[in-house]
Amino acid sequence: MTISDFLPAAPEISLLCSICAVLLIDLFISDEKRVVTFWLALVALLLNIWVVVVSAPPDPTTIFDGSYIYDPLSQVLKVAATAVVALGFFYARDYLRQVGMLKGEFFVLGLFGLLGIMIMISAGSLLTMYLGLETLSLALYALVAFDRESPQAAESAMKYFVLGAIASGALLYGISWIYGVTGSLKFAEISQSIAVRPELNDVPLWFGMAFLVVGIAFKFGAVPFHMWLPDVYQGARSPVTLYIASAPKLAALALILRVLVDGLEGLHGVWQGMVMVIAVLSLVIGNVVAIAQSNIKRMLGYSAIAHVGFILLAVFAGSEAGYAASLFYTLTYVIMAAGAFGMVLLLSRQGFEAEAIADFKGLNARSPWFALMMLFFMFGMAGVPPWVGFFAKLNVINVVLDAGFPGLAILMVLASVVGAYYYLRVVWYMYFERAEDKSVFQAGRDTRALLSLNGLAVLALGIAPGWLLALCLAVIG
Amino acid sequence: MQTIHLTIVLAPLLAAIVAGLFGKQIGRAGAHWLTILAVGLSFVLSMVVLKDIYWDGGAVENYSVYTWAVSDGLRMEVGFLIDRLTALMMVVVTFVSFMVHIYTIGYMHDDPGYQRFFSYISLFTFSMLMLVMSNNFLQLFFGWEAVGLVSYLLIGFWFKRESAIFANLKAFLVNRVGDFGFILGIAAIVMFTNSLDYMTVFGAAGDIARQDIAVFGGSPWNAMSVICILLFIGAMGKSAQAPLHVWLPDSMEGPTPISALIHAATMVTAGIFMVARMSPLFELSETALAVVLVIGSITAFFMGLLGIVQNDIKRVVAYSTLSQLGYMTVALGASAYGAAIFHLMTHAFFKALLFLAAGSVIIAMHHEQDIRKMGGIRKYMPITYWTSLVGSLALIGFPGFAGFFSKDALIEAVRHSHWEGQGAVYWIAYLSVLLGVFVTALYSFRMFFLVFHGKERMDEHTRSHIHETPAVVTVPLVLLAIPSAVIGWFTIGPVLFGDFFGPSIFVLPGHDVLAELGAEFHGSAQFLAHSFTAGPAFYLAAAGVLVAWFLYLKRPDLPEAIANRMSGLYTLLDRKYYFDELWINGFAAGGRRLGRFLWTRGDELIIDGVLVNGTANSVGRLAGTLRHLQTGYLYHYAFAMIIALTLFLGWLLWLQ
Amino acid sequence: MIGLYHYLTISAILFALAVAGIFINRRNLIVLLMCIELVLLAVNFNFVAFSRYLGDETGQAFVFFILTVAAAEAAIGLAILVVLFRNRRSINVQELDSMKG
Repeated sequence: MTISDFLPAAPEISLLCSICAVLLIDLFISDEKRVVTFWLALVALLLNIWVVVVSAPPDPTTIFDGSYIYDPLSQVLKVAATAVVALGFFYARDYLRQVGMLKGEFFVLGLFGLLGIMIMISAGSLLTMYLGLETLSLALYALVAFDRESPQAAESAMKYFVLGAIASGALLYGISWIYGVTGSLKFAEISQSIAVRPELNDVPLWFGMAFLVVGIAFKFGAVPFHMWLPDVYQGARSPVTLYIASAPKLAALALILRVLVDGLEGLHGVWQGMVMVIAVLSLVIGNVVAIAQSNIKRMLGYSAIAHVGFILLAVFAGSEAGYAASLFYTLTYVIMAAGAFGMVLLLSRQGFEAEAIADFKGLNARSPWFALMMLFFMFGMAGVPPWVGFFAKLNVINVVLDAGFPGLAILMVLASVVGAYYYLRVVWYMYFERAEDKSVFQAGRDTRALLSLNGLAVLALGIAPGWLLALCLAVIG
Repeated sequence: MQTIHLTIVLAPLLAAIVAGLFGKQIGRAGAHWLTILAVGLSFVLSMVVLKDIYWDGGAVENYSVYTWAVSDGLRMEVGFLIDRLTALMMVVVTFVSFMVHIYTIGYMHDDPGYQRFFSYISLFTFSMLMLVMSNNFLQLFFGWEAVGLVSYLLIGFWFKRESAIFANLKAFLVNRVGDFGFILGIAAIVMFTNSLDYMTVFGAAGDIARQDIAVFGGSPWNAMSVICILLFIGAMGKSAQAPLHVWLPDSMEGPTPISALIHAATMVTAGIFMVARMSPLFELSETALAVVLVIGSITAFFMGLLGIVQNDIKRVVAYSTLSQLGYMTVALGASAYGAAIFHLMTHAFFKALLFLAAGSVIIAMHHEQDIRKMGGIRKYMPITYWTSLVGSLALIGFPGFAGFFSKDALIEAVRHSHWEGQGAVYWIAYLSVLLGVFVTALYSFRMFFLVFHGKERMDEHTRSHIHETPAVVTVPLVLLAIPSAVIGWFTIGPVLFGDFFGPSIFVLPGHDVLAELGAEFHGSAQFLAHSFTAGPAFYLAAAGVLVAWFLYLKRPDLPEAIANRMSGLYTLLDRKYYFDELWINGFAAGGRRLGRFLWTRGDELIIDGVLVNGTANSVGRLAGTLRHLQTGYLYHYAFAMIIALTLFLGWLLWLQ
Repeated sequence: MIGLYHYLTISAILFALAVAGIFINRRNLIVLLMCIELVLLAVNFNFVAFSRYLGDETGQAFVFFILTVAAAEAAIGLAILVVLFRNRRSINVQELDSMKG
């Protein structure tokens, strides 16, 4: 084994080195100059994108005896995750500075989370997957409790931690059964032995799979394993919520595509039913309960649950087009979620958290441009054409119809209609209500520009979704 | 070539965006320079395209630029079909637009909405080009609606005037009626062919013509007739054919350059262009052609009559436009598509000229538009006078001028159209176009004499200020006067009888009147000479001019006497056959009453009250209930997860 | 003779006990953390049993990873517990309900 054999794993290796460097340098930076850590973290992220792009081998490769996979899918997911983390850091910077919480930990933990995400994306075996998952989860638990003075943050961190530990316990228990039945941890070998020995396709393996599905559904925040999600979204500081709401969804998608689609495709008929039940419950509960929320972070949390329903239904459809649709949906959703939470951060400042939906009242009078951007995010999430959310939903509905489930397609449309209600309520508040708060935004010019770009991207991708869709199909195929 | 096509379309769009969004930053001069250069570029490139496809024998290009969406096999694309018909239209559109851009500098000089105006007209040029260059129905519809939108915006350009708001609302609503037919026609085409692409649809035309469609109570109609009539309803709206013509005279509330560009030369001819483009469909339905012929004749004759009693200088020209559009429609109905497009082209030049000349007069008169308050301004404005004379002579079809060739060819084509089973239709059409010639000459020269000759009827203050308009106004006049005078002479041979359009226009052999005429055509000079002997058209035109001269210069007291004597007829004409009353008090008021009933009973009570609010309330209640599942207690959360897991395990056992 | 079946049964019982402990216990958060450790131990039991049965060392290697991760997890769990106690002066599970609905 030579050094060049490690090349496909160069992104993870170099990211780890950069994180250590950032961590060390941060020790020697005084609190007033803490923004240097932010810029260092940003450099680490840009470097990471560069490494992901240049280190890519020409063909899909596996290393570490099949435990680590490089393929185009992993490349796309890694670039997307890194970019969205960078976006989150940017939005977080001004907010953290204003509330006096600009600390190195936030960025370092964020980078560690990203490392976990990247390991999950490239996992070729259940062991790698588990390690990546824990790297991500441990970073997230700590991030949620990042604000040490807040009882709410501590409470939500505790809930997240306990439930997350149960979920990863269940996942591990499932892994142990799959290992016991098939004798391997690698997805390729598992899938191989199920294909070769059909007698394995029985209750013990199914049980293992069921435990795995629980772990995956938890990570996604799908009903009924979603209970942590609204509380964590609400309790965590807004930059942390932004982080949790964006990049980890990509990791969860990688998890489901690697484990259920690559590893356990022989059991497709079995897990399909479970995924459907979870997805439908998410769709209904997420959209309906979101209506009753008055806290925008919590509302976006329930909306995230509903979006997960769409993603899971695309996976449920089970065709290549379906997986591509789920990838398209996740990528675009992550962009919209980052933007929506970016707006929440933009509105918040020292001593004031823009957490209530009512805080968006009269935004149009305060800043027509950012009201328009928020409208873009809300319309995008609601699935109003031509914003990108429309095409994402349309794709999913199409693949579900193609798979022969018109009832589910109708349900999705109805759920979207219900969902439109609470997104449009935000728009209503922005344009038709009087502002109670007249303060000026304090975010920097670069953050504003980035947030505007983010909003315009939601529209631009909707007007020209073709290339992204083609990309999704290409990396899945 | 594809780059050139894209540049032609996108240059005006880009200029419109910049002038519209950054008007403040680039200033007035920046706005007009940018848009003029962009449209000028489009014009030059359009000439290049025409040269390539006509003189250099370039191939017809039909390609898709961008696939917007594919839904159930139906491709929605942006694409270009560049053949000779398209190329000709592109040149006409960009040339007139170019002239109007330059002219606007003078006309809108003091207007606070200067940049906005340039942005709109550039946007219009883009939309119109998208319409004519399209290779599919979706893009055609896009262009169709986009020009409609810009027209709406421009009619209401002076949005503080109540009459302008009323006029643009009227244009908007009347066009909706037409669009309703148009989009139903497109839908019917999609239903039969599952395609939006012109070539695919034309290829399937024979199939459609053999099928029936059940409309109203199940009686079968020929599918092609239904499609064509629906499409033609769209054309009636856009090209202002009776009875959907009512919006065009009111559209004169917009600034004059707009009247020239949109409401005379280009947009209103979109319907004519569309029918010509759809000739492979229309040819297969004699019913539809007969409808087109009758509607066109009615418009050509009766709208011309209205021009005689109008006193607003722009409205006279507007009714003349209606009448000329009627002529084009008649040509379409007679299967002489080439003649229609030929007349469209010459009309674009001389009508734009007439409007711009009218605008020039209006500027000089300090925005006074009533011709009763003008007179004798020939000596103050020589350039405007002479160019107006050229325009008027072209309009009435005076031998040698552009309008002569197109109108004479058109009348001849109608005379020769003698396909079976349409005796009455034939005579209606032929008589209408013939008598129309007299009427045209009468109202044109009535206006001409009232404005430029005779007594000076304006007040002293205005009179002392009349002088020739600046060069930005007169140069376009002169540039438009040249083609208005000579283009017919040079182009009738090649365009009309020289198989110019080739395969872009399809005519059944039995219908091909232009081919019959072509057999007798031996050059422009012979055509000119022939007109004195072939039919009464020339003498009717001359009679019209004479009558105008007699009534308005020789015995100016007579018209009023005649109006008093025939007060019934005069009132009928003055009230424009009561069409406005029919639409506004009849349909619009009835529609509002129906709407009010549906609103209070249907919408507020049943839909809002029971269905929408009822559903919304129950979903809201459901949300209120379901949220209590989220108790906040950690052990409940864990319990939910474990229960779900257990249920899954149980389900898997049962599955086995 | 004690076979694979017995080990798996023990492990399953351990797992069930741990899970039951999580939602039956409504008082002390520390007990919750202990239950989580118990879940991981049940998993380890499974892995070792399978590894021995299959004659394959991967499972045992996995156990070491799990032990390591469990240590990190416990550290973070306790850290959060400390933060929570400092803020609320209580580690009672029943009082963790400021967010709901």
